[in-house]
Amino acid sequence: MEQFQPDRLSPAQVAAMRRSIRGGRAALTRRSLLRSGAGGLLAVGGLGALGACGIPPAGTEQGGVPAEDHSEKDRTVNFSNWTEYMDVDDGGGRRHPTLEEFTRRTGIRVTYTEDINDNSEFFGKIQAQLAAGQETGRDVMVLTDWLAARLIRLGWVQKLDPANLPHAFTNLSPQFRNPDWDPGRAYSYPWQGISTVVAYNKKALNGIEVRSVSDLLDNKKLKGRVGFLTEMRDTIGMMLLDMGKDPARFTDDDYDAAVARLQKGVDTGQIRRFHGNDYTSDLTKGDLAACLAWAGDIVQLKADSPDVDFVIPESGYITSSDNLLIPNRARHKTNAERLIDYYYEPVAAARLAAYINFVCPVEGVKRELAKIDPDAAENPLIIPDEEMRAKSHAFRSLSAKEETVYEEKFAKLTGA
Amino acid sequence: MTLTEAPAPPAPAAPPPAARPRRRGRFTPYWLLLPGILWLLVFFALPMVYQASTSVQTGSLEEGYEVTWHVAAYWDALSGYWPQFLRSVAYAAAATTLCLLLGYPLAYLIAFRAGRWRNLIMILVIAPFFTSFLIRTLAWKTILADGGPVVGALNALHVLDVTGWLGWTAGDRVLATPLAVVCGLTYNFLPFMILPLYSSLERIDGRLHEAAGDLYARPVTTFRKVTFPLSMPGVVSGTLLTFIPATGDYVNADLLGSADTRMVGNVIQTQFLRVLDYPTAAALSFVLMAAILVMVTFYIRKSGTEDLV
Repeated sequence: MEQFQPDRLSPAQVAAMRRSIRGGRAALTRRSLLRSGAGGLLAVGGLGALGACGIPPAGTEQGGVPAEDHSEKDRTVNFSNWTEYMDVDDGGGRRHPTLEEFTRRTGIRVTYTEDINDNSEFFGKIQAQLAAGQETGRDVMVLTDWLAARLIRLGWVQKLDPANLPHAFTNLSPQFRNPDWDPGRAYSYPWQGISTVVAYNKKALNGIEVRSVSDLLDNKKLKGRVGFLTEMRDTIGMMLLDMGKDPARFTDDDYDAAVARLQKGVDTGQIRRFHGNDYTSDLTKGDLAACLAWAGDIVQLKADSPDVDFVIPESGYITSSDNLLIPNRARHKTNAERLIDYYYEPVAAARLAAYINFVCPVEGVKRELAKIDPDAAENPLIIPDEEMRAKSHAFRSLSAKEETVYEEKFAKLTGA
Repeated sequence: MTLTEAPAPPAPAAPPPAARPRRRGRFTPYWLLLPGILWLLVFFALPMVYQASTSVQTGSLEEGYEVTWHVAAYWDALSGYWPQFLRSVAYAAAATTLCLLLGYPLAYLIAFRAGRWRNLIMILVIAPFFTSFLIRTLAWKTILADGGPVVGALNALHVLDVTGWLGWTAGDRVLATPLAVVCGLTYNFLPFMILPLYSSLERIDGRLHEAAGDLYARPVTTFRKVTFPLSMPGVVSGTLLTFIPATGDYVNADLLGSADTRMVGNVIQTQFLRVLDYPTAAALSFVLMAAILVMVTFYIRKSGTEDLV
């Protein structure tokens, strides 16, 4: 840049200015200029701007907000799901046979995206759009019970049209029919059921017996080698069952007692850590001798590492589900409903169940599954028998206030 | 600028076309600044204002959030989570010190002694960046596994008895303890220490070392009086590049730590995503930013290298 030479100042002034620009304590540097400029801007503009922000209240229209349905002329559907939650073909593993079958049959092309990794994170991702009443670009998505309940409560998902869901209506397993957050399934249908069980590594246990959640917390020989889940409802639910409480009807005091019991495990170093999806390698390596785990993972782990096994505590286990939901302003609602219904046909459901090993929510699938994989058809973790169903418990839905208070307490327990 | 602004020029000497370069000259710097300023406005200033606003709001998702100037969120953030703040600073400081101790000799080696191996070593320093941050951190779960060779060796040498007594490890394991988190932080941020150190060491004129030797300085004295002072800009920018992101990091504490090694980054993540307490999360972020700013300013003043960046 050219040298700045002011010409309406006296030579002495010019000299002084140059000095001030070039050196000295009060030198006018780019940094100090930016500093004062930014400070002034923030002071003047900031306070005014702060007041203008805010998040509008959630729309609470019952039944959600529809958009114009483009299903007829635009034969596609946008499907958001969790990773490894869909069958894949043997070669390459990039194609999904059940989805291809759906397209062949209906002519509806499925844009399948595995962009859900964590319920909380996914909520953070779509929250702003749904709160602002914008479309998310998704027609159907899969979310766990408590988040599905929250979205229904906030009025951010659409009511389903039963006329498009004949198979789903008939074939839905009774166990999943009436969750307290969506009685009669007006807004959601389960994709898969999830059982929370106690898993262990036989080699790491070295003869120590683990049959209940209490064993995890009380056996001093397991100090620093047991883990619990970061999903509040799974960990607290199993704890409540262990204490003889009903997760479907517990009080604030029961909740606090469960947290206190776990807190003792944290304080004494009995509990190694709270884990999300990342526990599987710890369990196979034996760093975790026993932990709370999701049965679907354990079915898959067992195939590779014979040391890993699970036990259903005498006091029962927690069942939840991942649910198909249609968000507000989805552009292909009818196509999405047809997709949901398709997965309630026993043949499609069996092909899916044979591949992903979670609890299948579809009645009458056992016969179809036996044709593909007889072992899977007899596995109570995939198709629960009477005994399994009797031990299964659901965590009750929480009000918005309870959710905040409980999550806060659970966050304190897990370290923050 | 200089020429055309001269007072009372002879009229015919300034034909109209000459006015063009003058105007262009005056505004060019601003045009050049524009992309940067816009970037800062959109991706720094606006989010900051939005966050500042969030931190003084109250409400819930159902009722919406409104600015109520509820500054108590700051007090709650500090009084509720000061242990995590202290822990973050302590872990980041430990990791930064370790990075400096590990990184300086390596940077010195690359700059002065590596010869034709220089490029290869540089590539080795940068190579871990070719895989994802998450994968690199998860790899430490295998390295430090309870039954693994590292922990076995440390146990055999009774090192874990000492670290356990200091409270850095628990029992005969390293994973899910403070030591594991600090190891992860050190490993993940080491290149950010080595690169600036290398670039300032490499600039040192080798003849200065010869001169020091000619003046009967022993190698240690040469290092203390010549090399180290000249590498200060690298030390300062290296420590800043390590310390600042390490303080806010939450991945290492999440994957390698346990309930009592959670850092402030974990608290912010939990408050924002799980508890849905957006104001507290925003207030925590601001307190963290302010704390880092104060510490960094103090540090730069102390080390006397204000013109380094």
